[in-house]
Amino acid sequence: MNDLLQVRGLRIAFPAPGGGSVYPVDGVDLELGRGETLALVGESGCGKSLTALALLGLVPAPGRIAEGSRIVLEGTDLRELGPEGLRRIRGRRIGIVFQDAMTSLNPVLSAGAQVREAVAAHRILSAREAKARAIELLGEAEIPDPAARYDSFPHELSGGLRQRVMIAIALAGEPDLLIADEATTALDVTVQAQILELLDHLRATRGMGVLLITHDLGIAAGRADRVAVMYAGQIVEEAPTARLFEAPAHPYTRALFRAIPRLDGAVERLANIPGGVPSAAAWPGGCRFHPRCTEALARCAADVPPVADVAADHAARCWLAVKQP
Amino acid sequence: MTAPLLEVRDLVKRYATGGLARGPRAVVHAVNGVSFDLAAGETLGLVGESGSGKSTVGRTILRLTPATAGAVRFDGVDVFAAGAAELRGLRRRMQLVFQDPYSSLNPRMTAGAAVAEGLEIHRLLPRQEIPARVAGLFEEVGLEPAHTARYPHELSGGQRQRVGIARALAVGPAFLVCDEPVSALDVSVQAQVLNLLGELQRRRRLAFLFIAHDLAVVRQLAHRVAVMYFGRIVELGTTEQVVHRPLHPYTAALLSAVPEPDPASRRRRIVLSGEPPRPTAPPPGCPFASRCFHPKKDERCRTELPALRGLGDALVACHHAETGPLTPDP
Repeated sequence: MNDLLQVRGLRIAFPAPGGGSVYPVDGVDLELGRGETLALVGESGCGKSLTALALLGLVPAPGRIAEGSRIVLEGTDLRELGPEGLRRIRGRRIGIVFQDAMTSLNPVLSAGAQVREAVAAHRILSAREAKARAIELLGEAEIPDPAARYDSFPHELSGGLRQRVMIAIALAGEPDLLIADEATTALDVTVQAQILELLDHLRATRGMGVLLITHDLGIAAGRADRVAVMYAGQIVEEAPTARLFEAPAHPYTRALFRAIPRLDGAVERLANIPGGVPSAAAWPGGCRFHPRCTEALARCAADVPPVADVAADHAARCWLAVKQP
Repeated sequence: MTAPLLEVRDLVKRYATGGLARGPRAVVHAVNGVSFDLAAGETLGLVGESGSGKSTVGRTILRLTPATAGAVRFDGVDVFAAGAAELRGLRRRMQLVFQDPYSSLNPRMTAGAAVAEGLEIHRLLPRQEIPARVAGLFEEVGLEPAHTARYPHELSGGQRQRVGIARALAVGPAFLVCDEPVSALDVSVQAQVLNLLGELQRRRRLAFLFIAHDLAVVRQLAHRVAVMYFGRIVELGTTEQVVHRPLHPYTAALLSAVPEPDPASRRRRIVLSGEPPRPTAPPPGCPFASRCFHPKKDERCRTELPALRGLGDALVACHHAETGPLTPDP
């Protein structure tokens, strides 16, 4: 596969209150090709957003990417770039759209001016050219009547239109990789469907890789080629989308499926995953999911499970998935 | 059939906006004539997108915000005409569970004190019996006794929502307005809270007005579903009918937009285009016409407001509902 992004053994360290370090992201491997959508799915506190920030070199202080982590974008190891090199990568090679456009946009600048600013940051253009390009980008983000909307301020736009402005800004540097970090979570379902449709269209027409970060397995099901499920700082299962939904191998993935309300079938009691997501300061020993796992074996509490191949292209970090010799 | 516990008739809520520096004055039509009944022990799901008026309906019924017009009867009592003493009695029987317990709980009050507060205000128990009742409520909503001494910031989102539910239950209500009670929670926590609400309803025979934007979540608890658009109910029927045989095109679009955890889902994907009308300028015709994809959409849709009318055992506000169910399946 023509790999666009390769992440190997990504660990993010934060100083622990009593000395030493905690690792909210603890050994993440990811691969993403051009024109491909990878969904990174997990609940709050699993480390998925921090993983996205690491790709952009934006891990908030005092956190840092630990030694031995590798983030390779088309042959370039981002860890070897200085701040200036990273700044060039951000926006030009990797664009990001966050959940909350209202807090990401500048409230006292017009939407168009913010897109123009992003255009000018990446290319040397005259003011008129930059404005024309910004209007083009607003159009590509499918904002109706982009020339008229150019002068609108963020508070004058609906949540869906604000998110489209964010997408236009992310596209300004013609990125190869677009990260959507819960980009549709705050939106109404019909607007969410429109934005997901737009992202998919942009992926197909521009050949971008899309990293779709979401807590919603439903979003992953509809839009991703592959899904990686994250729990307690690690990827616990990864598979092509259809395969993951047909035959989930990790008990956490299975429990998540049974916890989701459905539109079809009989209405049943939803699965209770007992307890809550542990904090990075107290990842359980052995398998990190074992205290909440209904299928745990004795060894799950004692031994760290390996990443086991369940099938071609399908892996799970679980003792139950390890084939007996 | 016995009289309903709650009767809502032609509820209207308008707000004035603007004036002074904020541009010309305008009137926001938030709720435009909403009527429904709710029986004891029943859940009515109230579904719609932001700005549809669904939360305003809940708050107006509880008299947390005054209605512009219409009537609400709760257990035979005219809610809008109730005097101060009568209203205090009503407030004990009608409670609200908020979306975000973090902003609805007092950060300086322990969880136990928050739950005890209603018992104290309504003088429902001798002071010395309150701690035991609070402990019982904590157990009922699945919290540990030790949680009574915690402050909101020391609790997880799911635990805070359980405190919010215990606080609402403390005064012994018959009716809860649940306003998006799980939409801020993670999937696994959402499942826990939905299961809890279902158990509480069966055990205490509570009536719920369950306000949400996600039809799959609503289906988990609701016996009937009302779909709101632009301040009006556009469809009302049994959960089974609304989810599997929607009659209004907006309901069909909402259903198709629910992200289903099934890549092989054969639901037709309806992606709406266009924007809803501005709430300060309601159109003369059907408010959904600007986004409607119905094959029979015509001039009448743009000029004549469709009334909510009976069709089979459902109510629907669409001129072309006779076309039959707009099934989201292909």
